[in-house]
Amino acid sequence: MKKFSFSKFLIYAFISIYTILCLAPMVLTLMVSFTDESTIMKNGYSFIPEKFSLYAYKLMFQDGSSVVNGYIISVGVTIVGTFLALIITGLAAYTLSNKNVKYRNALSLYFFITMIFSSGVVPWYLICRAVGTRDNILALLVPNLLFNPFNLFLVRNFMDGIPDSLRESATIDGANDMFIAFKIYFPLSVPVLATVGLFYGLAYWNDWWNAIMLVDNEKLFPIQYLLLQLRSQIQMLRELQFLSRTGTATPPAESLKMATAIITIGPIVILYPYLQKYFVKGLIVGSVKG
Amino acid sequence: MQKSSSYLQFQNGPVSKKKKKRGNTFLRDVRKNIFSYLIALPALIYVFIYSYCSYPYMIIAFQEYSFRTNIFNSKWIGFKNFEFFFKSKYAYTVTFNTIYLNLLFIITGTLVSVLLALMLNELRCRWFIKFAQSSMLFPNYISWVVVSYILFSFLSTEYGLINKILIALGYERINWYLRADLWRGILVFARIWKSSGINAVIFLAAIAGIDDSQYEAAAIDGATRLQQTMHITIPLIMPTVLIMTLLAVGKVMYGDFGMIYAMIGDNGVLYRTTDIIDTYVFRALRQIGDPSQAMAIGLFQSVVGFIMVYGSNKITKRFFPEGALF
Repeated sequence: MKKFSFSKFLIYAFISIYTILCLAPMVLTLMVSFTDESTIMKNGYSFIPEKFSLYAYKLMFQDGSSVVNGYIISVGVTIVGTFLALIITGLAAYTLSNKNVKYRNALSLYFFITMIFSSGVVPWYLICRAVGTRDNILALLVPNLLFNPFNLFLVRNFMDGIPDSLRESATIDGANDMFIAFKIYFPLSVPVLATVGLFYGLAYWNDWWNAIMLVDNEKLFPIQYLLLQLRSQIQMLRELQFLSRTGTATPPAESLKMATAIITIGPIVILYPYLQKYFVKGLIVGSVKG
Repeated sequence: MQKSSSYLQFQNGPVSKKKKKRGNTFLRDVRKNIFSYLIALPALIYVFIYSYCSYPYMIIAFQEYSFRTNIFNSKWIGFKNFEFFFKSKYAYTVTFNTIYLNLLFIITGTLVSVLLALMLNELRCRWFIKFAQSSMLFPNYISWVVVSYILFSFLSTEYGLINKILIALGYERINWYLRADLWRGILVFARIWKSSGINAVIFLAAIAGIDDSQYEAAAIDGATRLQQTMHITIPLIMPTVLIMTLLAVGKVMYGDFGMIYAMIGDNGVLYRTTDIIDTYVFRALRQIGDPSQAMAIGLFQSVVGFIMVYGSNKITKRFFPEGALF
């Protein structure tokens, strides 16, 4: 009995350590963003700021219009994109689960083929050039993110679980297809639509692939891509400076960098309870089929 | 002979007739369910443009395509693009790195997340489980760009936490961003950190699906918790673990561009151990600007990748029929 509880103690300890390892790096980033710049120069990054400062955040929202601009673009694209993606996915899923549609399996196959055989990056890029989703706001909104067959099948599988008798009885009462879709199927599918909405939303928010591939106009850069550029520019410069010991040029603000990273996590923290509730459930349904 | 031919003819007649009829029934079905077909149209068109229309572009791998020409008037040059790639020293490096890194991720990731799931399953304290799960999942939601920042706060040569500790302990500081030999390990670490939590939760769901009566029976027979884990839990979640592993092995030719480019970027010093097919294709397309060359490499990846996906799915289907994708 004694040994039993000792092993339990070990497990608690291990999980606690792992939990701390997951959270600590985030806390470090947060703390650095609140640290006074000269303190960083003197002590390096540390968990406890010797001198607390909000200067980085002030700087970011005053002078750094590119950060504010990127943030607005990201928020806008995420909201509009998620909304449109949900509509497109939900509507198509209704068709695929409508037993009256004789060719629904052929339609499913049509979507499924694109999931297992992709032509790769280059044809996709050339299509984007040909269609014109390039170097404009549509380039951030449409390619890759607006529709995902995986999410379509997730919604379809859920709708397949809605009993057919509901449709039949509604038909007998004189309801048409549109009524059945909007008054019966979509209200009943709210949980799965919430899950898929979060999938789309997170994909939009975290995306910089469309920006790096299709956008050259700096005014359109979303926050994630700005962050990526900021890092690669500063980091190369800094490492080279450090090696050649000529670090007299104006030092880029370390705290500013970390503050930008922190505000990028912001919306995820705000939506966290919903993510926990719907996102995980959807993932489990999607990956453990049996 | 004659009999068989007449039999064939007999067979042919109705079949062709049926085909003709099928066309009609499709139109009739559309007319009958016009609403359903109409609302599926946006998705159908989207997939048609961005997936089906992209397939013909794959032939530029055999052409001298440039952004000023199109696929009809570009010069055909056979396998020259492939030759160029396979004769370069990069072909082996990027292919090896892609496969090797993916295998490292799969093995370490599966081990850690199964272990975490088994441990979480032993705990009974509700709030602690909930807290641990929530914390473990957090890294999964943030982008690789943010992860690279977090990593930088540890590895930065000048201000990084790890170098600070090294100096405090009397060691030399390490120039992390110039040491290619260390980056496979760093990437594996980052990968575990970001995705083990979510996989652990998925495995935990598989464990939760196990029938309680099995444990009760084992407990009556005097099995300890450890024995129950070894002889009930692990064998019963093995199918889930193996299915997920097999499907991941199928995708071993596809590197994670988002991860590698966010962490390594254009830091050429680290290419030796970290450059993968996807980042190489990206540079060929966007930085060198040679779509045909990029396509040749991409086609090589797509074809080998498809065979791998197909093969792994076939194996999955053979052993776990309900776990296969198709």
